[in-house]
Amino acid sequence: MEAPQVSQTEAVGTERKQAAVIRFAGDSGDGMQLTGNQFTTTSALLGNDIATLPDFPAEIRAPAGTVPGVSGFQVQFSSQEIFTPGDEPDVLVAMNAAALKVNLPTLRKGRTVIVNTDGFDASNLAKAGYQNNPLEDGTLDGYRSIPVALTTNTLKALRDSPLQNRGKQRCKNFYALGIMYWLYSRPLDATEKWISKQFAKSPDIVDANLTAMRAGFSYAEVSELFQIQYEVPAAPQEHGLYRSITGNKALALGLYTASVKSGVPLFVASYPITPASDILAELARMKPQGVITMQAEDEIAAVCAAIGSAFGGSLGITMTSGPGLALKAEAIGLAVTTELPLVVINVQRGGPSTGLPTKTEQSDLLQALFGRNGESPIAVVAASSASGCFDAAFEAVRIATQYMTPVVVLSDGYLANGAEPWKVPDVNSIPTIPVKFRTDPEGFQPFLRNEETLARPWVRPGTPELEHRIGGLEHTDISGDVSYDPDNHQHMTMQRAEKIARIAKSIPLIEPFGDDKGDLLVVGWGGTYGALHEATVQAQSKKLKVSHIHLHHINPFAANLGKLLRRFKNVLVAELNLGQLDMLIRSRFAIETIKLNKIQGQPFTVSEVLATIEDTIQEIHQ
Amino acid sequence: MSLGSNGNLPNTGEKATTYTKKDFVSSQTVRWCPGCGDYAILDAVQKSFATLGIPREKIVVVSGIGCSSRFPYYMDTYGFHTIHGRAPAFATGLKVSRPDLSVWVITGDGDGLSIGGNHLMHAMRRNLDIKILLFNNRIYGLTKGQYSPTSEIGKKTKTSPLGSVDRPLYPTSIALAAEATFVARSVDVYGAHLRDVIHRAAQHRGSSFVEILQNCNIFNDGAWADLADRKTRDNHKLDLEHRKPMIFGENRTKGIKLGEGLQPTVVDLASNGVSEDDLILHDENTSNPALAYMLSRMSPPDFPTPLGVFRAIEEETYEAAVHRQIEDARGNSTPADLEALLKSGDIWEVS
Ligand code: SF4
Repeated sequence: MEAPQVSQTEAVGTERKQAAVIRFAGDSGDGMQLTGNQFTTTSALLGNDIATLPDFPAEIRAPAGTVPGVSGFQVQFSSQEIFTPGDEPDVLVAMNAAALKVNLPTLRKGRTVIVNTDGFDASNLAKAGYQNNPLEDGTLDGYRSIPVALTTNTLKALRDSPLQNRGKQRCKNFYALGIMYWLYSRPLDATEKWISKQFAKSPDIVDANLTAMRAGFSYAEVSELFQIQYEVPAAPQEHGLYRSITGNKALALGLYTASVKSGVPLFVASYPITPASDILAELARMKPQGVITMQAEDEIAAVCAAIGSAFGGSLGITMTSGPGLALKAEAIGLAVTTELPLVVINVQRGGPSTGLPTKTEQSDLLQALFGRNGESPIAVVAASSASGCFDAAFEAVRIATQYMTPVVVLSDGYLANGAEPWKVPDVNSIPTIPVKFRTDPEGFQPFLRNEETLARPWVRPGTPELEHRIGGLEHTDISGDVSYDPDNHQHMTMQRAEKIARIAKSIPLIEPFGDDKGDLLVVGWGGTYGALHEATVQAQSKKLKVSHIHLHHINPFAANLGKLLRRFKNVLVAELNLGQLDMLIRSRFAIETIKLNKIQGQPFTVSEVLATIEDTIQEIHQ
Repeated sequence: MSLGSNGNLPNTGEKATTYTKKDFVSSQTVRWCPGCGDYAILDAVQKSFATLGIPREKIVVVSGIGCSSRFPYYMDTYGFHTIHGRAPAFATGLKVSRPDLSVWVITGDGDGLSIGGNHLMHAMRRNLDIKILLFNNRIYGLTKGQYSPTSEIGKKTKTSPLGSVDRPLYPTSIALAAEATFVARSVDVYGAHLRDVIHRAAQHRGSSFVEILQNCNIFNDGAWADLADRKTRDNHKLDLEHRKPMIFGENRTKGIKLGEGLQPTVVDLASNGVSEDDLILHDENTSNPALAYMLSRMSPPDFPTPLGVFRAIEEETYEAAVHRQIEDARGNSTPADLEALLKSGDIWEVS
């Protein structure tokens, strides 16, 4: 079968758009993540800037057709630089009644919804909790509703396929993807290649999926479903090589890069937990590069094994999500007092307890800083975008090894799974991380500190004449001998705190986006960067005196944070929690702040941040 | 006792052969209660280490929390006193990333079998090449005398004033169930025997589990009195010897025979019709752990306490498997450098 070419028929016009947001929604068995990812890859290859928001249920397969089983994937693709997956879709694809029920509230009137009419039979309606069929009862009034019998059409297109009926039905997501490819004038070749490779072992499935996608594309072209076809041209991007990257993948690459740049081997131990599990999977694929990975028996074993490897002279890494961080707390305290390097990645999710495993939140900030017994300061860094996860992981290794300390890297569910284009860095431009193991026995003491950083020496067991013991009991500075002396304990507590404070000397000053003084400073950290930045851009274009800073170092803060905060009349601290960074800022700098908090398992939308900025500034001027 | 031939010791340095016990004594003052069984164990370990032929700097002693876990501070090797129950997990990360080191885990019945049961089990089932010495005194000593997972039913302690109703574990049964490839038992005061068992454990390639019956003279004095007492011990212990019939008793007149239903029974060799040929032949090397498991369940008052090596079989170690996989993976793919890795996946160029 010939692949349909992207063409403009006489019947429809083409409209050029700066950006578009689409959302695929269906049952978790409908392949919506896959479909969304394909659309994203194709758009990225076309040169669009992209940002994605996968939104899937906690259950692997909730009962088919039900509201808890709905899986969604939103992508914004643009001819301009973008920072978020978009507040609301322009086009929603709803594969069944439950998907419509869950997603219709995010769709503004006048926007387009493509509904699979085959997903609205009596049973679908009942499972979705619809009394009446929303396709008939006026629910869709005011929307541009495009009913397509996706399942029926797919079966028709596949009548010659040897697949069973069930297998044919499963191709309907590619039929839907074909329609969307036509609507946004995208070529099919990247997905065609992917299908051929992915299902290479089953040629019948390859054929069926290709046929379904091409049929969807042709159907959109000839059926006059749409009065118009859109084009979203490539975004101006810096010259270079790009790849699409998720936060979890970027963390894995950042860790490995840090290992190469420090010359210290990577040892990774982790226990599966959503949404962090993929990081271990990514690293496990780096065995040919010499990365040692281990799936530990539990969260505690994972962090302990990482610390054990650090004692042996490796970069000990573990990754988890909030509940796992709680379990690792005691061991992290041991790394604090024995002053061993350790990187703990925490991909935050909704809490407390099991909470919302697949949804995003920023509510582990205080746990990361303080969730241990005793005075046990550690460094905390936060990633602010999917690609920024690479830098955060690298920075964590730098701090851990230069200061002999545990470092927690905070990511979140939104960054973990969201994809964006990433300009692959030039390997030679990445700085080295100088690590020197102590081998000289002359004057050696286990806690003899570097005068500048206060770091103690890192010694690999196996080094003759440096045999020494470390442990969780309080010990004397320099000698490391166990000590219960009251003054020594105070001294050591201060030393450990001072060591973390001194990290500030090695981190860059914050440069605000916008003026370094004004009416309002928007302060954020972590995965909210895109929404806060975009809202600030829009506020600035309305001539509001707003600037934005986004913290990558939370413990310690960059040295100029306090000064910057005081140069603004108001400070708005926006976070996906009840005000944890806000609490730190208020107590540290004794300033008044305004808070914007959201705890819905969802990222900020640009419009809600913008509205808060506008309201705040209006109040100032009243 | 004869030593196994399956040694896995790092290269013997010149000086390694010249070690004496003193080379393993650290500068720290030992702080166990006077009379504690741990002193004898420390002595045996220091003496055995001097004979292992392993350079001192290659040895790491890792422990958790408890009286026994103070051990690393007293050994002039590398040492890591970690947190309660987790020593096997620290040792795992260390050994996998540094297979060249000789890694020893010192734990106790509370540390290893209660709070740390999970890690102990998983280290052994992976067959990590670490040496685990579990000091079993059937009590929590450091926290001042609470019943432990090996305390006998009815044991009266501070937290079981009416007697413990918790059923005790058999540490060697746990080790066998967890697939340990070397399982042995000795007693704190059996200097030569203990040194030999430690030596065998060191030579074994894979997880070695040694239960050391230890007296806590403060909170559980006489925990193993029948075995400790020179006058009574011969009637209460069964010395296991590879390929030898199971004979015990002060005059070596008793033996263990397999009775009906695969039940071991104590028989009198002096009585009519029973000869050595009827007794169970000990075999450390059977791949089926049934014999070793049977031994692990033999306990007083009906049976003597088996001592020595229950089981010693060869399997690929965890760290060897991990590094073999890495080497194989390296061989199969072009040596990917950092740049190649960063540029993998769907890549496009903007010019
Ligand atoms: S409490 Fe018991 S086990 Fe602990 S040191 Fe004292 S005698 Fe030994």
